[in-house]
Amino acid sequence: MVSPALAPDDVVKALSIEDSMAYLKSKHPDAVSDDEREGYSGVVVQASKLVEVARAIRDDLGFDYLSSATAVDYLGAGDHMEMVYHAYRTSGGGALVFKAQTERENPEIPSLVPVWRGADFQEREAWDLYGIKFPGHPNLRRILMWEGFHGHPMRKDWREAYYEEEQKPFDNRWPGGHVHRSEEKNVFGKNVTYPPDIDLNRLMDTSESEVYASLGLGVDVERILDKDGFETNELVVNMGPHHPSTHGVFRMVLTVDGETVTSLEPVMGYLHRNHEKIGERNTYLHNIPFTDRLDYISSMGNNHGYVLAVEQLMSLGRKYNPPTYRCEAIRVMMVELSRIVNHLWAIGFWLNDIGAFFTPVLYFIQERERILDFFEAVAGSRMMCNYMRFGGLFGDLPERIKSVSNLTNDRVRDYNTMQFLTEMVNERIPRTIDELEQLLTQNEILLERSIGVGILSADDAINYSAAGPLLRGSGVAYDVRRADPYSIYPELDFDVAVEQDGDMYARYRVRVTELRESVRILKQILPRLEATYGESIWADGKPGAYAPRVPFGEAYGRVENGKGELGYYVVSAGGRGGSSNPWRYHVRAPSFINLTPMGLMSSGYKVADIVGILGSIDIVLGETDR
Amino acid sequence: MRGLTLQEATNEASLGENMYGTGLAKGLMLTLRHFVDSFVDDLRYGLRKYSHATDNFGLRQGTEAKGVITVQYPDEKVAVPERFRFVPFLIVEDEDHPIRSGKDWCTSCGICAKVCPPQCIWIVRGNDPDTGRPVPEPEAFFIDIDICMNCGYCAEYCPFDAIKMDHDYELASYDRTSHHIHDKEKLSKPASYWRDIAPTRAYEEMLVRGTWEHKDAAKEARRGSASASTRSSSRAQEPQAEAAPAAVATSAEAAAAPAASAPVEGATPWSEDDAKREERRRKALERKAKRAAKSGG
Repeated sequence: MVSPALAPDDVVKALSIEDSMAYLKSKHPDAVSDDEREGYSGVVVQASKLVEVARAIRDDLGFDYLSSATAVDYLGAGDHMEMVYHAYRTSGGGALVFKAQTERENPEIPSLVPVWRGADFQEREAWDLYGIKFPGHPNLRRILMWEGFHGHPMRKDWREAYYEEEQKPFDNRWPGGHVHRSEEKNVFGKNVTYPPDIDLNRLMDTSESEVYASLGLGVDVERILDKDGFETNELVVNMGPHHPSTHGVFRMVLTVDGETVTSLEPVMGYLHRNHEKIGERNTYLHNIPFTDRLDYISSMGNNHGYVLAVEQLMSLGRKYNPPTYRCEAIRVMMVELSRIVNHLWAIGFWLNDIGAFFTPVLYFIQERERILDFFEAVAGSRMMCNYMRFGGLFGDLPERIKSVSNLTNDRVRDYNTMQFLTEMVNERIPRTIDELEQLLTQNEILLERSIGVGILSADDAINYSAAGPLLRGSGVAYDVRRADPYSIYPELDFDVAVEQDGDMYARYRVRVTELRESVRILKQILPRLEATYGESIWADGKPGAYAPRVPFGEAYGRVENGKGELGYYVVSAGGRGGSSNPWRYHVRAPSFINLTPMGLMSSGYKVADIVGILGSIDIVLGETDR
Repeated sequence: MRGLTLQEATNEASLGENMYGTGLAKGLMLTLRHFVDSFVDDLRYGLRKYSHATDNFGLRQGTEAKGVITVQYPDEKVAVPERFRFVPFLIVEDEDHPIRSGKDWCTSCGICAKVCPPQCIWIVRGNDPDTGRPVPEPEAFFIDIDICMNCGYCAEYCPFDAIKMDHDYELASYDRTSHHIHDKEKLSKPASYWRDIAPTRAYEEMLVRGTWEHKDAAKEARRGSASASTRSSSRAQEPQAEAAPAAVATSAEAAAAPAASAPVEGATPWSEDDAKREERRRKALERKAKRAAKSGG
């Protein structure tokens, strides 16, 4: 190890994770210590020195990309709150994990927004769901719940409406079988408890005024002079939540000067269901179908990230069989197919947003239909695939994609699976990508609408924790499949798509290139499937248990999903509080974090460009709001 | 930071030489081709395309197809693949089963209720009215199909192949409170229905179980024939079994019926011989000792 005092910058920037941790400890001996809990990694930083240490991590050590920042409530296990940060180098490699702890009453941790703007939404989420205050945060308001909501729902002692028990499986399902509807036991309107000092008649949602206040405006409009000396009004315009271009219930509050947007504030949470609280009530296995419902366009990728995280935890234990080669090959194939689905969908609906209404998207999703037919035949469902299991899969590929007539007027199809796949990968999908390019890449209207619009510079993209095509469209060649490889990606031959311009068109080009790279990967997967034909997808030949043993520890499983880096931070309680339920289950949702630079990318452009910029980020509200 | 100017990019994208509008024209050509393609199938099949003859449906939807792939629901429906999963159903023995007609495959072990992510399964385990001991069949079984998320875990982890995912997705009704909690009667479908809708999977499951019969029934039959063969041929048991009362009114009686045909007097059908149980216990202890020795050494 190099002596930190003498090391030149670039040597320090190339230190391994362990050496980086040692560097931090030697530089801040009183503030940084190893996280010595069983199964945990990284360092614990004293909260008062957090910003200083974070700057050292970013500037000295070169961990310039803050992937995830999330809170954990250790009620009954130390009784403290903890913020967990995962920082990466955009040049590749593993995570430097650092944590800051605070007490549960009046928790306070200094904000890292001055260091990484990408912490903005994530800290607001931690405030909203855990009640941790972040001094130094420029705009610390609730983000998923509404202002005026009582309590912080992710805290372990908070209970939801229709609460039954702390953990599934619930005791009354078997053997007693007391069937009931939740709302019968818990009548609507009486399913929440209010603190005694609250007067319900005076309770109100203050989100509106808070949103406008954060834009520096009252609800009154301001009278201003524009550059030509005309007296104009700066208007506040609400786009959404019910607006066809927002891809769901999502709202943007814009201030406009004429047609030009001067500032933009995303407002979200309309589809919030506290996925993570549900996830902590669930057993590990229960969570897999719930991950389908995050980014419902590419549920295979969601499954993959989650099983990777839990497999990391399981591998800490003694009895763990890693997935077989065939299993990995099938996983990668499924994930790449869903990336194709995702990008066809993203490009198609982005075109809807900029005015090519539905003609192109319908051409593209014909191929999506066929891929979904394949998913349905293999996994049992078109979109909610629920296909991957810990250490394996739901099932091997079927010999034939075959249906059986059951209802009246049923029409039957029957294809050979491998033949179907070969034709799709070699013929149909490449042809569709060619068509897509023929239709769009040189289309003058598209060029004029998208070039130079919604610009995000490379530095901003990294600093705002942008991920996926948004990051790569800004000239940062960062793809988790290459930078921090998982599964069988290291042996596959493909290039990371990257474009330098940082505008809408660059993101479109990145997606097209990724479509072609996915086809390239699929072409390499098919012979691997042929070669492993007949091999088991389970290491020991039989399906895994429904209640796997997950030892004590933490894991962060990340995958490159269509929309960007999808990460799952899972903490296993081991013996504490039941071993079959995760203590903490956090989703690092690319659709959510990619909205952090939305305001930055939008100001200065026209109102009509805003929908296009949002479409070029490619969000899914199931994942944004969780 | 501004990347290329619009003019530069347009020039670059259209390879400099091309006239403005070439990209548009190319795209419109594609649209025209799609328009023409949408009639190709009509010309090829005529009205047969929408007829009930199913022979061209695979072609229309297949990888070679061009043109319109839409399906005219409900005049035609896409038959779902075998692995398709929708709200679960319970398997009961066929009406014409010689011994166990109408009997549940479910043993009310409760695993489906435990693995159910939204916890939409409620099971009442049956108890023998005389002894109070649990009997291997459910007294009641409820699935709230509004809560069911069609994940298929119950079918996947059922050790008795007794609960399966259905293919009938047309379950709409006007009143959810009265129609959407499926009870045992509504959930029950004969084993032959499962073999019809998913022949390949039913066959694979048979291979794993080693028999087309229910696991326990097969075990019982083997035991029955084994002890019977000490006295006479195993065939002799069968007519006797068929002679068991055909009209089985309650499930309790259904459980008793095979018991009557079983040669071991007084034993409930699910209880094993004491000797066998003893042997299993001995083996388990041996295994445990071996494990202990291994981890110790």
